[in-house]
Amino acid sequence: MANKPAVTVKRPRLHNQTLNWLTNPVHLIGLAALLFLAYTIVWPVLKILYTTFLWRQQDVRLTGEADPGHFTLYHWTRVLASDMSMSLFYKPILNSLGVGFAVSALSMLLGCGLAWLVVRTNIPWKKTISFLAVIPYLLPSWILSQAWLTFFKNGKIGGTPGIMQALLHVSPPDWLSYGFVPIVFSLSIHDSVFFFLIVGAALSSMNSQLEEAASVSGAKRLTVLRRIVFPLVLPSILSGFILIFTKAISSYGVPALLGTPVNFYMISTMLYSSMRSRLTTEANVLSLTLMIISMVTIYLNQRVVGRRRSFVTVTGKDSARTLTSLGRWRYPAAGMATAGMIIISVVPLLVLLLQSFMLKEGEYSLSNLTMHYWWGGSDPDINTGEKGVFQNPIFMLALKNSLYIAGVSSVIAAVIGLILGYVVARGRQSWLGRAVDQVSFLPYLIPGISLAAIYISMFAKPTFIIPALYGTITLLILITVVKELPFTVKAGSASMMQIGRELEEAAQISGAPWFTRFRRILLPLNRKSLMSAFLLVFIGAMKEMELIILLITPRTETLTTITFYYAEKGYEQLMNVILMIIIAIVMTVYFLAVKFGKADLTQGIGGQ
Amino acid sequence: MHAIKLQGIRVSLDGKQVLNDINLTIKQGDFMTFLGPSGCGKTTLLRTIAGLQQAEAGTITISGREVANGETSFHMEPSKRRLSLVFQSYALWPHMTVFDNVAFGLQVRKLGKAEIREKVGAALDKMRIAELAARYPSELSGGQQQRVAIARAIVTEPDILLLDEPLSNLDAKLRVEMRAELKRLHQELNTTVIYVTHDQHEAMTLSTQVAVFFGGQIVQLDKPRQLYKHPQTLQVSEFIGNTGMQMNRLDAIVRTDDEGLAWLDTPVALLPLTAGEGLKDGLEVVLTVRPEDIRLHESKRPGSVAVSVTAVFPSGAETYVQLDAGGHQLMARVIGESEYEPGTTLFAVLREDQMNAYDKNTGIRMELKYARHNNEPGESAHEDRLSYSR
Repeated sequence: MANKPAVTVKRPRLHNQTLNWLTNPVHLIGLAALLFLAYTIVWPVLKILYTTFLWRQQDVRLTGEADPGHFTLYHWTRVLASDMSMSLFYKPILNSLGVGFAVSALSMLLGCGLAWLVVRTNIPWKKTISFLAVIPYLLPSWILSQAWLTFFKNGKIGGTPGIMQALLHVSPPDWLSYGFVPIVFSLSIHDSVFFFLIVGAALSSMNSQLEEAASVSGAKRLTVLRRIVFPLVLPSILSGFILIFTKAISSYGVPALLGTPVNFYMISTMLYSSMRSRLTTEANVLSLTLMIISMVTIYLNQRVVGRRRSFVTVTGKDSARTLTSLGRWRYPAAGMATAGMIIISVVPLLVLLLQSFMLKEGEYSLSNLTMHYWWGGSDPDINTGEKGVFQNPIFMLALKNSLYIAGVSSVIAAVIGLILGYVVARGRQSWLGRAVDQVSFLPYLIPGISLAAIYISMFAKPTFIIPALYGTITLLILITVVKELPFTVKAGSASMMQIGRELEEAAQISGAPWFTRFRRILLPLNRKSLMSAFLLVFIGAMKEMELIILLITPRTETLTTITFYYAEKGYEQLMNVILMIIIAIVMTVYFLAVKFGKADLTQGIGGQ
Repeated sequence: MHAIKLQGIRVSLDGKQVLNDINLTIKQGDFMTFLGPSGCGKTTLLRTIAGLQQAEAGTITISGREVANGETSFHMEPSKRRLSLVFQSYALWPHMTVFDNVAFGLQVRKLGKAEIREKVGAALDKMRIAELAARYPSELSGGQQQRVAIARAIVTEPDILLLDEPLSNLDAKLRVEMRAELKRLHQELNTTVIYVTHDQHEAMTLSTQVAVFFGGQIVQLDKPRQLYKHPQTLQVSEFIGNTGMQMNRLDAIVRTDDEGLAWLDTPVALLPLTAGEGLKDGLEVVLTVRPEDIRLHESKRPGSVAVSVTAVFPSGAETYVQLDAGGHQLMARVIGESEYEPGTTLFAVLREDQMNAYDKNTGIRMELKYARHNNEPGESAHEDRLSYSR
């Protein structure tokens, strides 16, 4: 016994250590998650970067220097320093940055103001106002651009004029109809809800004793706001700013509808048209620049906020607070807020609904009303024979696809988010947990349209055991799940951290294996957060456009892409019908989830 | 037969060593208490025994089976160690009823429905909460939640029951009630219990054995009475002593002379010692005297010290008397009602056999032998000098 060689003593130790490491669920799941994330996020980005430095076969036609498969800076110089870079890169990037800043600033103004009114003042009708404020979030952002066009369209792109011209007989100028101004307005109205939710949560979790303490020390009201309230909600404001900035610069639907008629390109729309004109490598360079912009903004945010991380979860805990009295401005303020909310969230909907019943656009008379676009048959005079929506087999396919994609990806994303959240929350001390935390955040930095561009090349051919996914619904589900990971993982880990370790250990001592613990203890306890993540992803997927527009094939058409196709063709009424159906589905799911699932939208968004 | 044997256990948390070379044997049926201030490693050791924490070095043997070995990195699953743990926070699952909470362990073991119902019923009966089966934890009071947590722990009939500060979240009255309940349970179930607490009183009243922890080490392992009478170190003495008992602490110096005589020079008296080995002149010593070990007499006794009463604190069945002995404050505890006017002169006898002496530098307890006062007539003159010199 005593003189056993050292080797045999060592082997069981190593063996046991490996076994211990692997039987720890945090390690096992963390490892699997890391492999998954590496393959779906890290590897594609590196690959894209790599291809931008190589000659392609097609380049031979462009220049004699081309040497396929070898290193070159050709694509980068072509995008950044050639005679076409002004229109391909510099103008779009300036437009993107301009739109990004303008949208963030405008939504900050709208969102913070509204949040302050609802949370910190004694304004009446709080519930109504907050409900109205959430509606734009439930709608695709380009619905607002569509509504904008309905109002302010001019004769530039042909077709019938908008309501403004019909009523006032004045043709609106181009700057009002298309380009920068309408893009900024539509995006701001849609995105200000993020500010409203994030800053509202921060304001309501702030104890008003902090303000009172400052007042007691002799500070004036403005000083209190400047020295106490502002610094406290600053991290939330900044993270809202970053969120909206990155969303705005990578948005596609709105600039495509409102920008292209006047050749107002942003990086995202330029990326799409480069892709279409087979300038794939140039499109990749544009994707990378979009990513770099996002990364830089987030880096700056981290620098500014410093150690107070901007992604702290704001608890919804209600602490005692005293409300600022608005005095005699109480009702006027409430009236204005409500009216404003109705104008930006209800009126566009009603107009689009009304439009879907109008046989001929722009003719506002009773005799012009029809149900043709809802379930009419084929009529060669109208929209070159495109049938009414409910008669149209394409619609049925798209509806099925949309529901399938949204349903499956939201369930998968919510569960994966919870499981990865578990790894992040329980593995905080280990490198694995931190790695999963960091990597799952990466899709946030990659604009949807860039991610899609990456996935086209990545899943065009079968690799290893993964078949060619291009053209399948599976790819659309995969990309939705990956893109929503930052949100679901944050929500999952925040929720997991609130559940004491002992609850799980008690089950462990009772002899429950990990899967039983997860199913019987963790899952029920995280139900609320799970429902919220599900709702967030479902709504996101239902109105998703940027992410999937590049990946759609005729078989995988979804409701949003059909709408977009109709919009491009100018079949306005058909598009409006489908928009109404999307909205109906989103609203129904939202109410069901909130009522029966106790889901809370603010949790997912506020967690960011 | 021993239930648990720990050998050379070493545990680190976040790179900080929390437990260092723990050796401990716990006998079958013992009520073993880990006592110590917070942060001393007692809960960590409990979690290590349970298997929720892994030891880097050392072995744990339960009922003769090795369940953990730091050298080979072998760590048996907690569920296979045949033990239960009651958490400080109770850790009741809020989404399950009391019945389901208790039944969980049996369901996981895939027992039949009827058998589960019977066993859960028995456990709830034993904890006297049968009527709460259908309630949710949030609908229970703290004491009831505690009972559910214990019922959940005993329903699987574990060999060893681990309790992590189970009473710390209860109010004072409930704590006393649950203490009695735990004692009854230990006697009924006859399982081995390991109990973690920082409450000296709980440790004294419940346990058959107490292990006192300081800085990741066991500094004393004793029966409660022994621990109370003779704390092994000054640190333990202070820790045991700070439950409202006013321990008298005297700084003293050992003196020896050429004739081989030795005595202890304290601020209140000179105490003769039988000279022995290790008694060095000038050795600094700390004496601790419990208030009840000071006897008060109206008249002079051999070895007594003249003291004057400065204050009287009647507290029910006993009375605390604050004394002034040559400028040094002493507290004496007298059973019964005693009326002394402040300023009265009394004669105090310190019961030397009940006193503890510690080396001031190391804090370790010293065995001192005190020379008897009356059995050595030749010493009497000397003794008088000692007694009245101050």
